[in-house]
Amino acid sequence: MELSEQNVKKQRPVHLDLHKIRFPATAIASILHRISGVIMLFAIGILLWLLNSSLTSAEGFASVQSLFDNLLMKFILWGILTALGYHLFGGIRHLIMDTGRWEELTSGIASAKALFVIALVFSVVVGIWIW
Amino acid sequence: MVTNAASFGRSGVHDFILLRASGVILACYSIFLIGFIACSAPLTFEIWQGLFSTLPMKVFTLLALIALLIHAWIGVWQVLTDYVPNTALRGVLQFIFVVTALSYLAAGIVIVWGV
Repeated sequence: MELSEQNVKKQRPVHLDLHKIRFPATAIASILHRISGVIMLFAIGILLWLLNSSLTSAEGFASVQSLFDNLLMKFILWGILTALGYHLFGGIRHLIMDTGRWEELTSGIASAKALFVIALVFSVVVGIWIW
Repeated sequence: MVTNAASFGRSGVHDFILLRASGVILACYSIFLIGFIACSAPLTFEIWQGLFSTLPMKVFTLLALIALLIHAWIGVWQVLTDYVPNTALRGVLQFIFVVTALSYLAAGIVIVWGV
């Protein structure tokens, strides 16, 4: 039997069980990096508007400070800083991977999971800081 | 050679380097600004305005916004080429995102100019 024929006749899955298919941690790390990046592109608009108000006058600065008494504004700021933290730590992971480290399956998955933990801790710390 | 006319750099290698260089600048700026706010609590208007009135901080801020333009341009290009196969729609979206990042830079110049 030809090698190609053997390949065709060997056991293959007859259907893909979508309930059993899970994204690996590396794929989730990648998509979150993209999502957090796009979120921040919108967030910079808010931050520049706040920077402008806070620098024009003492009254403007006070109004920006009082803005953060609002629970919704606190939540938005927390969301922005969480996205920033994830993107920043994910970016550092990318730079380390550029040097040839963490490119194997096990080390790649391990560093992706470590990234989730670090980003989560940063998010909690920032949350405590804001509230 | 296939050229990527919609991206920022002239080649993939150029994009690769620019994305990382701009990322490092943005990381430094973010860490500095968060560190400054965290260390100078309670933050007053005098401290805040004093920081942005110095020339190095103005340059750093504009440098970060230029880095943001480059970083977002390449990053958005990477995301859009993966998820938006329709060339016309991708072109429109890329245009909107790049103009947004350019507007941020223009706004940033005006903001730090007056301080």
